[in-house]
Amino acid sequence: MSAEISKGIKEIKFALLSPDEIRKMSAVKVITPDTYDDDGYPIEKGLMDLAMGTIEPGLKCKTCGGKVDTCPGHFGHIELALPVIHIGFTKEIYSILNATCANCGRIRLNEEAIKEYKERINAIKSKLVDVEYDDIVSEAESEASDISICPYCHFENRKITLEKPTTFREEGRKLTPKEIRERFEKILDDDLVLLGLEPGVARPEWMILTVFPVPPVNVRPTITLETGERSEDDLTHKLVDIIRINQRLRENRDQGSPQLIIEDLWELLQYHATTYFDNQTPGVPPAKHRSGRSLKTLVQRLKGKEGRFRSNLSGKRVNFSARTVISPEPFLSVNQVGVPIKAARELTVTETVTEHNIEKIKEMIRNSVNADESSEYRPAVNYVIKEDNKRMKVTDKNANELADKLQLGWKVERQLQDGDIVLFNRQPSLHRMSMMAHEVKVLPYRTFRFNVAVCTPYNADFDGDEMNLHVLQSQEARAEAEILMKVQENFLSPRFGGPIMGAIHDHITAMFLLTFRNRKIPKELGIHILSYVNVDKLPPVHKDDKGREYFLGREIFSAILPEGVNITFKGKINDKTIDPDGTEGLVIIKDSKLISGAIDENAVGTMKGILLDYIIRKYGNARAAKFLDDVTRLAAGVISYIGFSTGIDDEDVPLQAKAQLREVGLEAVRRVEKLIENYKEGLIGPEPGKTLEDTLESLIMKELSKAREKSSEIASNYLGIENSTVKMAKSGARANMTNLAQMAGIIGQQSIRGKRQHRGYTGRTLSHFKKGDLGAYARGFVTSSYKEGLKPTEYFFHAVGGREGLVDTAVRTSRSGYMQRRLINALEDLKVSEERSVVDTEESIIQLVYGEDGVDPSRSFGGKSVDVEFVLKEKFGDKYGGEKQ
Amino acid sequence: MGKYNILKHELVPAHELLSKEEEEELLQNLGIKREQLPKIRKSDPVIKILEEKYGPIEPGRIIKIIRNNSRTSGIYIVYRMVVGE
Ligand SMILES: [Mg+2]
Ligand SMILES: [Zn+2]
Ligand SMILES: [Zn+2]
Repeated sequence: MSAEISKGIKEIKFALLSPDEIRKMSAVKVITPDTYDDDGYPIEKGLMDLAMGTIEPGLKCKTCGGKVDTCPGHFGHIELALPVIHIGFTKEIYSILNATCANCGRIRLNEEAIKEYKERINAIKSKLVDVEYDDIVSEAESEASDISICPYCHFENRKITLEKPTTFREEGRKLTPKEIRERFEKILDDDLVLLGLEPGVARPEWMILTVFPVPPVNVRPTITLETGERSEDDLTHKLVDIIRINQRLRENRDQGSPQLIIEDLWELLQYHATTYFDNQTPGVPPAKHRSGRSLKTLVQRLKGKEGRFRSNLSGKRVNFSARTVISPEPFLSVNQVGVPIKAARELTVTETVTEHNIEKIKEMIRNSVNADESSEYRPAVNYVIKEDNKRMKVTDKNANELADKLQLGWKVERQLQDGDIVLFNRQPSLHRMSMMAHEVKVLPYRTFRFNVAVCTPYNADFDGDEMNLHVLQSQEARAEAEILMKVQENFLSPRFGGPIMGAIHDHITAMFLLTFRNRKIPKELGIHILSYVNVDKLPPVHKDDKGREYFLGREIFSAILPEGVNITFKGKINDKTIDPDGTEGLVIIKDSKLISGAIDENAVGTMKGILLDYIIRKYGNARAAKFLDDVTRLAAGVISYIGFSTGIDDEDVPLQAKAQLREVGLEAVRRVEKLIENYKEGLIGPEPGKTLEDTLESLIMKELSKAREKSSEIASNYLGIENSTVKMAKSGARANMTNLAQMAGIIGQQSIRGKRQHRGYTGRTLSHFKKGDLGAYARGFVTSSYKEGLKPTEYFFHAVGGREGLVDTAVRTSRSGYMQRRLINALEDLKVSEERSVVDTEESIIQLVYGEDGVDPSRSFGGKSVDVEFVLKEKFGDKYGGEKQ
Repeated sequence: MGKYNILKHELVPAHELLSKEEEEELLQNLGIKREQLPKIRKSDPVIKILEEKYGPIEPGRIIKIIRNNSRTSGIYIVYRMVVGE
């Protein structure tokens, strides 16, 4: 019983072209290195001979009679004066030379050995496991090459060496390709199978070229520049070289010129043949143009990223797409994308004229008149397509006439308008959120714009990043994109079952500023801030003892919450010095009123926003999108009217603190010195599993990291929540207290691969230290702060440590990229069937239940199928106590 | 065989041979053809052990594997069809 396979390639056979075959498939014997005559007509028997096909529209192929579009092209050939080695087969030539007898041509194995190998080959023949066959061949060849006396003619064979790239030497004497060919001709067909060749389709002497195939002209077309100048393909250039040298070689050989001259020319012919196949052969200087650019020959055409496979066959190019720089726009919804007018006028959607839209379309066609001059953007029509598929470009002149003539059933290509569904993408497209559907909002200027909450899934920032946009062309595509790919449908990540979008950076800072200690906001200011969001009811206005009216920050925030929010959770703030009674760290929302707690990263941040997660699950994606939009707008309002800035003096600490910090650094250095002293006096014993030196290192490392922690502590003590940098760190907007401590206090140990730095000069890292110095300074401990600046040696260590990070990211991205490519290729056509099993294209089962539990992680609660806690609380409210927070 | 029974090793999940009736029922329930199941070679060491218990197992029979280490669902059962070699 065998598996039913729908389609499959049974076998691919590779063979060598024989000289006879090359001649047989040749349409012309090329003898002149010239291409065109003075009139621009292809020269007969030249490299552009019409028998090899044509690339000029007027001319007919001499072989098949076809024109440019019908002639498939035909090979020609060059008869070489003397044979040359094919660079692709040097390895094979080398091993065959050493495995066969130079005298009689038999493989240097006795009859029994041959029989044994043949039996082994026959045994695996049916299995189609080429790897095993290759192994047997190399085993046979290496056994044969160890025998120097031929078992058949008793000739004593000498060792042949390969001098890269194409020179073979027999104990120092150079073997010419001709000699090698003569030897190969003697090899019996019966022995071929042991040499890895299939008799009938491959003979070893065919690896040495006597006839050179000339590819059809279609493969190497002449390019005519605008100036009328002709430019030949790189392959043609190379073929010209081959023919020229071949001619000279033949003349010299026939005249009986000195051997030295012939050898030089032969060598040159070998060089041209080699670089024709691969212009990057190791040990061969690449052939170059006069301009210095190296030629792109056969291997270069296929290989690598710009090669035929990756660039032309796997690479796809599309219409209806645009690319430009991106920038942020808080007044756009997360579901929108701002498209520059310039792009919107180029990108079109095809619409069929019906009785429902004919009037609208007529108006759009009329909009085409002087479209660019109108002050506001009105979508126009670029093309009108009649029923007979005739396309007519809409111009200023014919627009009104076309609008009048418009008929039902015609089609128009109308420009982008607000609300169109488009796909938006940023490379590298590493997960499905790298390509999401947005609604178009046509805007002035020249960048794509979007809400910063979607920076995270795209992994975008605005330091010059560019993104691509694709306009969907069919109703089905638009529907599918809107249901499956819209931003709001991707809030929950399939990676961890939580929100992957949310507030970042300043938006978190703003929410924090608004709600921390329930900030009082003067009424005037509050009204301005609230004008950024669309709320029906103003929060209550309070009056202080001087009669000034104000809003409360938490009440402003509550205005953007949906109705019926009841949730309690821990915020990011968890610091007794800032929040002694714990009211800021515990967020309580009752009936959509924020009662206590500061809104920070844990409430609305990406990946962590508990409140955001709650709203997505309870109110759905659309409401969550509105909430996120409101957070963005409110944040813009708050941060513009309250104001927020940070500067280097945020890291100023009092003199007393400075002294303390300096003491921490010095103390650490002293302790390290003490440790080294103890080590030298033999007072330190090795820890289990470590050498004495490793033990000392780990003790020193411990001491130094303790110092950094202590400095961090001191810095935190002197830098309170009124400090802007601290605000950002504590709310989770950006940076952390360690960064702060490094600015104000001690930068700390600079390490390479988790170890203190030790490489450089013999016995020391830099010439500034004594040999064998194990002290803190000598091994990369930095006691300075970023604020005061680093000492020269510290600066050097810091650069070394920083470089490791850069190298790591560079290495990681390339390696994970390659791994992902392989994973995608392996998994791309698996799908989840209606029975929830994972199947391949043959409907064979890969996994009986998707993910073994049948749960779609993007519809799960942190990977679990149900959030029981949430369901119970929703159902029973306060009656259900739940687990204590 | 005096060799170690690999089925008793803690890293090897439990393997069982389905009876012909169970096979029919399983295929009916899953609504699939036998060939759509993942495969296990007849030369697999586990089959050797099972053959000691059930007698010769010809290609086409179905083996039930009960894994108890699934990170998502705890217990996870898979079926494999025996193939030649
Ligand atoms: Mg960037
Ligand atoms: Zn032709
Ligand atoms: Zn011999």
